[in-house]
Amino acid sequence: MVNNLQFESKRLAIKYFIVAAILFGAQLLMGLIAAIQFLVPGFLFEVFDFNVARMVHINALVVWMLYAMIGSVYYLLPDETEIETVGIKLGNLAFYILTAAVTVVVLVYILVQVGPASEFTIWFINEGREYIEAPRWADIGIVVVVLVFVFNLFATAIKGKQTGIVTVLMADVLALAGLYLAGMFFTDNISVDQYWWWWVIHLWVEATWEVFVGCLAAYGLIKIIGARREIVEMWLWIEVTMLFGSGILGLGHHYFWIGTPEYWWEIGALFSALEPVPLVAMFVHVIYDWGKETGLKEGSEEKTMNNSPAFAWFVTNAFGNFLGAGVWGFFHTLPQVNIYTHGTQFTSAHGHLAFFGAYATILIGMFYLGVQGKNGIKVLKATFASKMAISLITIGVLGMTVSLTIAGYGQVLVERAQMGATWQAYFVSQSLPWFVQGLGWRLAMGVVTFIGFVFLVKDLLTTSKSLRHIH
Amino acid sequence: MSRKVVSVWTSIPFWRRSAGWVTGFAAVLLIWLTFDSMSQITMGTDADLKNGITKRVPAPTVINYKITYEMDTRRGHEVPKIGEKEKFFGRDDWSEEEASALLRLGKLASQAKNCMNCHTLLGNGAYYAPDLTKAWLDPAWENYIPMTGSTTKEEAMSKFLQNPSMYPSHERMMPNLGITEREAIGLVAFLKHMSSIDTNGFPRNFGRMSIDGVTGAIHGK
Repeated sequence: MVNNLQFESKRLAIKYFIVAAILFGAQLLMGLIAAIQFLVPGFLFEVFDFNVARMVHINALVVWMLYAMIGSVYYLLPDETEIETVGIKLGNLAFYILTAAVTVVVLVYILVQVGPASEFTIWFINEGREYIEAPRWADIGIVVVVLVFVFNLFATAIKGKQTGIVTVLMADVLALAGLYLAGMFFTDNISVDQYWWWWVIHLWVEATWEVFVGCLAAYGLIKIIGARREIVEMWLWIEVTMLFGSGILGLGHHYFWIGTPEYWWEIGALFSALEPVPLVAMFVHVIYDWGKETGLKEGSEEKTMNNSPAFAWFVTNAFGNFLGAGVWGFFHTLPQVNIYTHGTQFTSAHGHLAFFGAYATILIGMFYLGVQGKNGIKVLKATFASKMAISLITIGVLGMTVSLTIAGYGQVLVERAQMGATWQAYFVSQSLPWFVQGLGWRLAMGVVTFIGFVFLVKDLLTTSKSLRHIH
Repeated sequence: MSRKVVSVWTSIPFWRRSAGWVTGFAAVLLIWLTFDSMSQITMGTDADLKNGITKRVPAPTVINYKITYEMDTRRGHEVPKIGEKEKFFGRDDWSEEEASALLRLGKLASQAKNCMNCHTLLGNGAYYAPDLTKAWLDPAWENYIPMTGSTTKEEAMSKFLQNPSMYPSHERMMPNLGITEREAIGLVAFLKHMSSIDTNGFPRNFGRMSIDGVTGAIHGK
């Protein structure tokens, strides 16, 4: 296939995007297995249990997003700095090492699953800590690979042009890499364990990843609709101020019930209540630029829009981030509510819409920028498959969220409010018609999402072929 | 930005500085609070337990004592209460070293067996199986004593963990994870220790089921 990319950095980005898309598919398949197990508990019992399906489901999610994020940086770096990325050979090597390591880790998860209660398991099978189950050898490998990436970014930024977007990215990626270290030790004190575990999970997802999304939105708006850099970068700094201002101490909302002191109630409530504010800013920013700052094509009144599928995903991000992370996050973040809703299907509902709305959407948008660049398409128009992909995936995830919210509502009322959160209370709530039907709809909507994913892959692979004659 | 900045609100340098200061301030505050939290959630010592000093996370030797979860009217929610001595696997004199080793084994087992991807611990994890925060205190174990042919709760728990699908409580069963007897004892110690952690009242109304099915749990009328 012809490759129209002039920069090695962008070619490397495409490799990252391809692995990310494959892992996205794996995530959805594992999600479907787990969703079936909720309804048919005997499905694959003692062969491929829920804990394994769920672990691969959430790990694939995290890893595909990290892949797509690294890919996005390699993709935008030549555009921003106007030079080839420094140390790209090393970057390529790191890509293959990382991919080999991820493959081994996934195979061990699936084939070995659990180990004896010893340090051996922690080093070589899994660490059993939600989201960061990767065994310790892989942790160390990941840190090394990420350091190569951070080095490439910094070396390139120092040598080339330093825009606001690159400056924010440099700070953000450094923080992201550093935080991973907070989750790499063993302690028998579960309160201490959970305390540091949230430094990785929360400070990634609700601080550094959100800032990262701000950078991608900024880059995308300039690239796709020709928004003016000054306006975009001003918004980016506003968003960074508000995202870090609310997100860092918003960490407190995870410290209500893990053994930590009560003052986290107030701190967590206040700062996590502020967390939706920057998401409104990001929302306004995208819509504002779309309406007001869209560049005009030279010599005509026609507005520039050179990649409509990517832009559709960017706009979905503005909505999805606000709804999923902002609204769904806020409605159970206050301790008075959270003491009943914590660790129920409410959490799951919020998780699904937030990860999709805030991250999946914009990263898929980046895939489309990659497809456009790789095939040298001047104006990438939406095809039938692109429209089906975005509609089905969005409807699917929204549907899953609503179903899980309803299931969670029944669960909270019966298990937590009525019956006192015991083992029996738990299983009574799991048998409620509201709960079971909610989980049924979740599975149905999961299937819709998966069909949307099939359309997405088809579109990403073929959209270039149907359009090649245009340029 | 045009060279003439008309308002500070549209000035990039202003927002860049704000981002730096706000981030720095939030990070410093977080680090400061972390030092305080760490000092409060470090495990207590055996001496604390003997002298009746309450710690948010007590010493591993808490397995030598009876633990209950009771309403504290001053704090307005339930807290774990450490009571008189209670036998744990036939002994109430587990030394500091023995108890620590047991707890360590149990915590390792909870990770090695991937408990968190079905259960929640302190409310975090997956939602496929019950929360384990106060599992040691769960009234359901009373039924498991006769079911497993045991004489004590800890023995019943240990037998269940070694062969969970033999004693199902619900069609959604726990799989056999190859938990050995030693690991099971460690896990029970880990669960008993976790039930003694002061979780600020989570889960609320634990074990206080409404009797008439209408009024809600005891503290939630």
